[in-house]
Amino acid sequence: MARIIVVTSGKGGVGKTTTSAAIAMGLAKRGHKTAVIDFDVGLRNLDLIMGCERRVVYDLVNVINNEATLNQALIRDKRCDQLYILPASQTRDKDALTTEGVGKILEELAKEFKYIVCDSPAGIERGATLAMYFADDAFVVTNPEVSSVRDSDRMLGILSSKSRRAERGEDPIKEYLLLSRYSPDRVKLGEMLSVDDVQEILSLHLLGVIPESKSVLNASNSGTPVILDEQSDAGQAYQDIVARYLGEDKPHRFIEEEKKGLFSKLLGRK
Amino acid sequence: MSLLDYFRSSKPSSASLAKERLQILVAHERSSRNQPSYLPQLQQELLAVIRKYVNVGQDAITVNFEQDGNQETLELNIVLPDDR
Repeated sequence: MARIIVVTSGKGGVGKTTTSAAIAMGLAKRGHKTAVIDFDVGLRNLDLIMGCERRVVYDLVNVINNEATLNQALIRDKRCDQLYILPASQTRDKDALTTEGVGKILEELAKEFKYIVCDSPAGIERGATLAMYFADDAFVVTNPEVSSVRDSDRMLGILSSKSRRAERGEDPIKEYLLLSRYSPDRVKLGEMLSVDDVQEILSLHLLGVIPESKSVLNASNSGTPVILDEQSDAGQAYQDIVARYLGEDKPHRFIEEEKKGLFSKLLGRK
Repeated sequence: MSLLDYFRSSKPSSASLAKERLQILVAHERSSRNQPSYLPQLQQELLAVIRKYVNVGQDAITVNFEQDGNQETLELNIVLPDDR
């Protein structure tokens, strides 16, 4: 049985696409056949983060409109043969996405893939609601910042009332918290909400904390999912997240300030 | 703890302010989220019926929906004008 994961947040710029690219690559690297779909119709971006922007021929809307087959539109990742990308269309037609169309695509993908990652656009319009409608699991990406936390709570409300699982009276979507752009040193200074604060407000199961990291911009500059940067803190955080999602018991990291060595302390290095 | 930390702790941190504001806001938004969708229309129609008999203003009625465990309470409050 395929699992459909939606990566959502409500607010823009918190790291949904970075997260979608990273976890899709992480799952595929572990041998699970994975598809990642960009639902941001009009503002396609996942292809850039994945580094396959020049290989896009057909997109999600082409498949919905029967202008291309699913196999024609899926782009196989060059780094991992278990990973496929379905790019978003750049059409400005807001009605291009339909529930039936998306449902059909997901049903077809589910026959072949183990995991289907849906990269939701920001906001609560059609792309966002359709990305979550068919989901089994929701990764709620949140920054430790007031507007992001509030929007995440709003999305939780929509997840629990407007999904297919809710409409059919099935088990609810499993919701997980991914706290991104976290700075333990600022938390210590009382300048940033802590993991515990955010968890207390949202009462969500924490899947992982992704530290604020230079490696994320470096990764997107080169079109490489940050999880492939195994030396980086953010890359390791995403590897932990994939492991925990798959049921492995990994203690949380990146919550505490990194201990500085005496040498860097003396030099006042950061 | 250094001397600097002592001075810092004298006023609440911005993070604790953020937490406090969010807790209030999220609690409020969650309670209105769980309200049945027919509530605004119910309020309008009730107001129309009451206005047939008593001349009351737009805001003379408050409809409150509360959920406490399994129990759902619909509270209706009508303020009648003083002059008879």
